[in-house]
Amino acid sequence: MSTLDFRFTKSEKNLNSTLIIIPMVLLFIGIYGGFMQTLFRAGIVQSDPFMGGEYYKGLTIHGVLNAIVFTTFFAVALGNAVIPWSLKMNLNSKVAWLSGILMLVGSVITALVMVAGEATVLYTFYPPLKAHPLFYIGLVLVVVGSWVAFFNWIPMYLRWRKENAGEKTPIAVVGMFTTFIVWFIATLSVAVEILVFLLPWSLGLVDEVNVMLARTLFWFFGHPLVYFWLLPAYVMYYAFLPKIAGGRLYSDMAARLVFMLFIVFSVPVGTHHQYMDPAIGSQWKFLHGVFTFAVAFPSLITAFTIAASLEYAGRKRGGTGLFGWIKKLPFFEKDSWFFSYLIAGLVIFIFGGISGIVNASYQMNTVVHNTAWIPGHFHLTVAGPVLLAFLGGSMYLIHQFMGKPVKMKGWTLSVPYIYTIGVFIFSWGMMRGGLIGMPRRTNTGASYANPESMLYQPDWMPFIDISVIGGSIMFLAIVIYIVAFFATVSARSEATLEAVTFPVTAPLHDEPANWLRNFKPYIYIAIVLIVLSYTPVILDVLESTTGGSLPYSPNSPVPLR
Amino acid sequence: MDKSEKLALNVSGLLLVVFLVAIVYASVAKEVDVPTCITDMEPFATDTLFQTGPDSYELQMVARMWAFQPGNITLPAGSTVDLYLTSQDIIHGFKITGKNLNLMAVPGAINYMSVTFEEPGVYDFACHEFCGAAHHTMAGKFTIVEEEAFEGETFGEGSL
Repeated sequence: MSTLDFRFTKSEKNLNSTLIIIPMVLLFIGIYGGFMQTLFRAGIVQSDPFMGGEYYKGLTIHGVLNAIVFTTFFAVALGNAVIPWSLKMNLNSKVAWLSGILMLVGSVITALVMVAGEATVLYTFYPPLKAHPLFYIGLVLVVVGSWVAFFNWIPMYLRWRKENAGEKTPIAVVGMFTTFIVWFIATLSVAVEILVFLLPWSLGLVDEVNVMLARTLFWFFGHPLVYFWLLPAYVMYYAFLPKIAGGRLYSDMAARLVFMLFIVFSVPVGTHHQYMDPAIGSQWKFLHGVFTFAVAFPSLITAFTIAASLEYAGRKRGGTGLFGWIKKLPFFEKDSWFFSYLIAGLVIFIFGGISGIVNASYQMNTVVHNTAWIPGHFHLTVAGPVLLAFLGGSMYLIHQFMGKPVKMKGWTLSVPYIYTIGVFIFSWGMMRGGLIGMPRRTNTGASYANPESMLYQPDWMPFIDISVIGGSIMFLAIVIYIVAFFATVSARSEATLEAVTFPVTAPLHDEPANWLRNFKPYIYIAIVLIVLSYTPVILDVLESTTGGSLPYSPNSPVPLR
Repeated sequence: MDKSEKLALNVSGLLLVVFLVAIVYASVAKEVDVPTCITDMEPFATDTLFQTGPDSYELQMVARMWAFQPGNITLPAGSTVDLYLTSQDIIHGFKITGKNLNLMAVPGAINYMSVTFEEPGVYDFACHEFCGAAHHTMAGKFTIVEEEAFEGETFGEGSL
């Protein structure tokens, strides 16, 4: 694909750099919070010396900044990068900046409210715990900003389709549109939760809120959110990884099929987070469980396609034998530093995926629901492949858009490997502790892990301590990354400013795949499945709950009104 | 699509079907299920425990900031407990260590699950959903005693 005839404007470059750099600062604040949590849980610290907070405030900051703010910014920045580049069309700069400014203002408001201790409600913000209204407003601005970015890409895509009738949409564009179609459908539900219920209630305009209904609306959003995190990583696996490894994407059709399946099955699965909830019939929970298995299918296809692409690359580099090709991949080649971010994430995701299937498995969820197993699991997904792909992607985007050489390449390359060791140790401790009953979201250091407490649970201690070791290694890896990232940002620009480019090649097997070329039928199927799977759930909730709830502060058992 | 790709797709699909069959088997043949929608019960605000048969009890439990009521229950070995759980204020979580019982306590809704304690011993439970400043102190226990040593069921305040 020739890119000689396309150049990003200065304004686009500045915007995309901003969308990477500011969230990186917020990410680091959140990750610092995460590191402190492991120390809190082990009873090593009782209060956070830098942010003046206790465990639950730090946990809220960690969840919101890392899982919602950082991920959303990166997804928008990646779309702002690969969509114009692939379609050879510039963004509408004003709209793109509007989206960026909305997201930045929203994030800063949310961050300030959390740091002030006015929103210690965790990133799930379940009512009737009430946050300051500005917390909800900040989140709405972040989401609306991301919608504006998406709306900016739609006319570009439609124009490209018209001008290039009969051509296949580039796979990176298909992937980014899948990401934002899923995101748009999912966020409609949380927009209703916030704008119709929580915000008026937080402002005091209405007294009560139906907690089960709000919770169900949250999880309508909460699980597709997981795919919103994962899909930009998949875009990089399908579009970038084969070329970085020195090969080609094994099958173009498989990649397109995977993205369409995500559109179809990402949303009607949310109730698998509510298996242990009241007020929802178990038959509907089972149905959501079946759909969750269906959405595991595209990830299994991905495992095959990516492995086949890597094998092709390894053999092209001279690898032989059944597994000999693996040794030829560029694990430690400084100029292919991006490879380590993608491959390490894929290895972590094997375990993230397996533990995810355990969680989704209906009654098996009884054993793990809300135990420390769950954060053990999702640090192998969102804080595994997603985080590493996004960190690698951020470094690459900064390198391209600011025209800076990547600094400390050896260290940059080793970050994912150090992090992988850390996250495996951390998650093993959490998951193993969870299996013997250690709860998640709990400041164990102040009770269960305190030998002087009546509640002391000596059995949990080894696993809590293991998570401290893992968490420390993870934190160390991130500190190295942050140093390398800001060294790159502040480096002197490369003398020869080449046009921005991305590592993309033509696929090995390129079939016509006419039935996978249009989003529309898949969006319609998704809507039908959502209506079928969520109508009975919402009806159950409305019929079997009584009364609403007044708002509560986390500090008092007496309602605020 | 080439041969190996088709094979991979089929194996992936088959794997998921096997998992699904296992779930259905556990649900239908072994009667291991998840909580369902309860509509035939009046909302309750106070806790109570009473015997409903030779080895069966009904326990109505109320979760609140920051205690389970009751937080301390004594029963004989072999008891089956029909456990109803609700919350009086915000969302709480309830899981009995070593038992397949895990319930969310949500205000305005009643959750239900049945559990049988065959072996004597102490079965702890800790709140597992964030419920405010003292969430980590919200805990309790079932004490299951030998049938011969049993002197009548008791339940009361207090945690572990």
